[in-house]
Amino acid sequence: MPFVTPDKQQSAYDVIVVGSGAAGGQSAYTLCMDGAKVLMLEAGRKYSAENETPMFQTPDMAPLGGVPTPDKVFGFYDATVDGGWQVPGEPYVRMTEAAAGSFWWWRARMLGGRTSHWGRISLRNGPYDFKPRRRDGLGFDWPIAYEDLAPYYDKVELLIGVYGGNEGLENTPTSPPGCLLPPPAPLVSDLLVKQRAARLGIPLIPGRRAVLTRALDHKRNPARLYPGNASAQKLTAEAMRSRSACLWATPCNRGCSVRANYQSITVHLPPALASGNLDITTDAMVYEVTLGRDGRATGVNFIDRTTGRQRHASARVVVLAASACESARILLNSKSGQFPQGLANSSGKVGRYLMDTVGSSVRGQVPLLESLPPMNEDAADGHQLYVPWWLYKEQLAGKLGFARGYHIEFRGGREMPGPTTAAGIEWLTGGSYGVKFKQDVRRYYGSFIGFDGRGEMIPNENSYCEIDPGGAKDKWGIPVLRFHWQWSEHELRQAAHMQRTFVDIIEAMGGRVHGEVLTDGAKAIAPGGFIIHEVGGAIMGSDAGNSVTNQWCQTWDVPNLFITDGAVFASNADKNPTLTIMAIAWRAADHILERLRRREL
Amino acid sequence: MDRRTTIKWVLAASASSPLLRALPSWAAEAAPVEPMLALKGYGTDPDLLKTYHPGEVWPLTLTVSQRQLAAVLSDLIIPADEYSGSATSVGVVDFIDEWVSAPYPDCRRDRPIVLAGFGWLDAEAARRFGRGFVALDAAQQAGICDDICDATRAAPAQRDAARFFAVYRDLTAAGFYSSPVGRKDLGYIGNVPLPHFDGPPAELLRKLNLP
Repeated sequence: MPFVTPDKQQSAYDVIVVGSGAAGGQSAYTLCMDGAKVLMLEAGRKYSAENETPMFQTPDMAPLGGVPTPDKVFGFYDATVDGGWQVPGEPYVRMTEAAAGSFWWWRARMLGGRTSHWGRISLRNGPYDFKPRRRDGLGFDWPIAYEDLAPYYDKVELLIGVYGGNEGLENTPTSPPGCLLPPPAPLVSDLLVKQRAARLGIPLIPGRRAVLTRALDHKRNPARLYPGNASAQKLTAEAMRSRSACLWATPCNRGCSVRANYQSITVHLPPALASGNLDITTDAMVYEVTLGRDGRATGVNFIDRTTGRQRHASARVVVLAASACESARILLNSKSGQFPQGLANSSGKVGRYLMDTVGSSVRGQVPLLESLPPMNEDAADGHQLYVPWWLYKEQLAGKLGFARGYHIEFRGGREMPGPTTAAGIEWLTGGSYGVKFKQDVRRYYGSFIGFDGRGEMIPNENSYCEIDPGGAKDKWGIPVLRFHWQWSEHELRQAAHMQRTFVDIIEAMGGRVHGEVLTDGAKAIAPGGFIIHEVGGAIMGSDAGNSVTNQWCQTWDVPNLFITDGAVFASNADKNPTLTIMAIAWRAADHILERLRRREL
Repeated sequence: MDRRTTIKWVLAASASSPLLRALPSWAAEAAPVEPMLALKGYGTDPDLLKTYHPGEVWPLTLTVSQRQLAAVLSDLIIPADEYSGSATSVGVVDFIDEWVSAPYPDCRRDRPIVLAGFGWLDAEAARRFGRGFVALDAAQQAGICDDICDATRAAPAQRDAARFFAVYRDLTAAGFYSSPVGRKDLGYIGNVPLPHFDGPPAELLRKLNLP
């Protein structure tokens, strides 16, 4: 019986995994494939991609055409349950509401966490990204190098399915043969960006996303992942066979009922459940890790949201995979005589060094793309091509005025029309209405292009979370976080550079920029948390005095307590964090298995 | 749809404004006592698989005469042509009624703009032609719309009306291009499962000089 109520839980497990998203899903999968008995606790409700995904629903079937509202911030059909930058009954506190110093915390309350709605962009960190301080003297180096994580990037790509190319550009790793699926064909707008950006010396290469451009090889991949483990091979092969290739339709952020993209609930959890080694309790809001007299974690306390009662679960090992800030919150709320400042916090670094991704956007309109003939451009839902950071040498030579890079995501083409397709186009039409307006909308549909920069933020002392000193609590009575946030000049200058670059590309396409170009970085940068790439808060390091975990995600202070989510990131490269979260979680879970076998945990 | 609400414009719609005091009785009907608006939307965990219809989640609130005016104006903005039907033929009035009756901030911001705009149209029609906007002939209606369809060219006294027109055009287009008819009008042929995706036709790439 894999889904269990608190009353049906076993009296003890090998491992408790807190959270069911990318980190929790990967941790549980890896542990279960090698026989560990795992209890997964998820704060949100049970959720099924097969039964709940609005695959081909159109805007006219939704209230208000499906536009974003405070109830569904990314639109009606976005696969987020009880989530957003505000969760009902679960507040948090900001030191300031001013955009420059505010942090916005995105959460979801559903099985699979945020993996159902995420963008699926799956970039590997490069060698520089693990040793940034060695390169430019800023931030922190990780206690691992790219070579340590590379085998786990391979495994994750083989398991979840990632499309992409192997160009071998600087600090943009290739994958070994057979790891990647073929990239989708580019759109007309993609090819025009590529042609014109090349004139500016800006390279475009195939994007990498966790979407099955063809079915996974369910014979070869499991054998590569689990040599010598027939059971894990069989379970993994069955799960792979249950996934369809992409249908080239319907947006990924709705989730995918045919399992053609990565969601924890369609990729990690089915084989883990089928192993018989996984119990899952949903509606279980963990608030505390319990500690024994011997200084070891004994389990966790949680609120059963269906009854409001406090419950306890026991295990030999506790893995926090609740998301960077939630894991930090659980540690800070786990106070004891031994750890009055919160568990595993002898360094004082729990909650410190929060990072998000630098984001800035420019939109434009391109006459060359007007009045194109009808063609299906749903493709794989974006990111057919992207721009990896290309100015490493100029940056290292100090020519840019900011220390870290960004990549460029962009989107054009004939997306499914909806409520905003013809909104606010007076700047092109001169205010037409009537038959002329309909002609104008036909002409301009598909001719817009939007560029989004995604850049590295350097950790700093002024961006962190703590338990609210004012004593605010959520509806379960759990003390809430207070966030402090500050960008450095590096991020602000980087955001201004993004704006200039995007204007250059749009103009090189013969296009027109729409809206104000924000040359002031403080205005160009999106508020903290807006890109939803928050990491840090329990960073890994090689010194117990200034980090929370070692290279195995094991807390320095409590030997059987691990953190496998983005909290352990010592830097936040421009590469989207999810693939790295999974690779780190897999590596940590392998380590836990080894230590369990040796009876060291 | 990012638009700034103008407080001045909202105030102009209040009963104390000279504009409304000058209205004849038939126009007063267009500015009725504000109905109770819904406080709650569909919540943070709605059923995503069912098909929703305007009025189902929160009640519609436009009056019969407001809906008549909405219909006439929507069809002036999106009339039938050789490619597709008109705005009202795909239910745009229901969409707009759903929008201005909704509990969400963007909708609450647009509601007074739309209602005051309706009032202005009738007042302007009465001033120029002595009849309500709905009763004007097409040329007369277009005469008024021509003055307010472009906010950058509108006379200073008509800037608020022009802002209303921009909001209303966006709402009309939102309803129309969300519909199956609107998708077809734009030649959208996606949202169907394909066995493979081949990218753009080679002939088109040649024409655009793309590799």
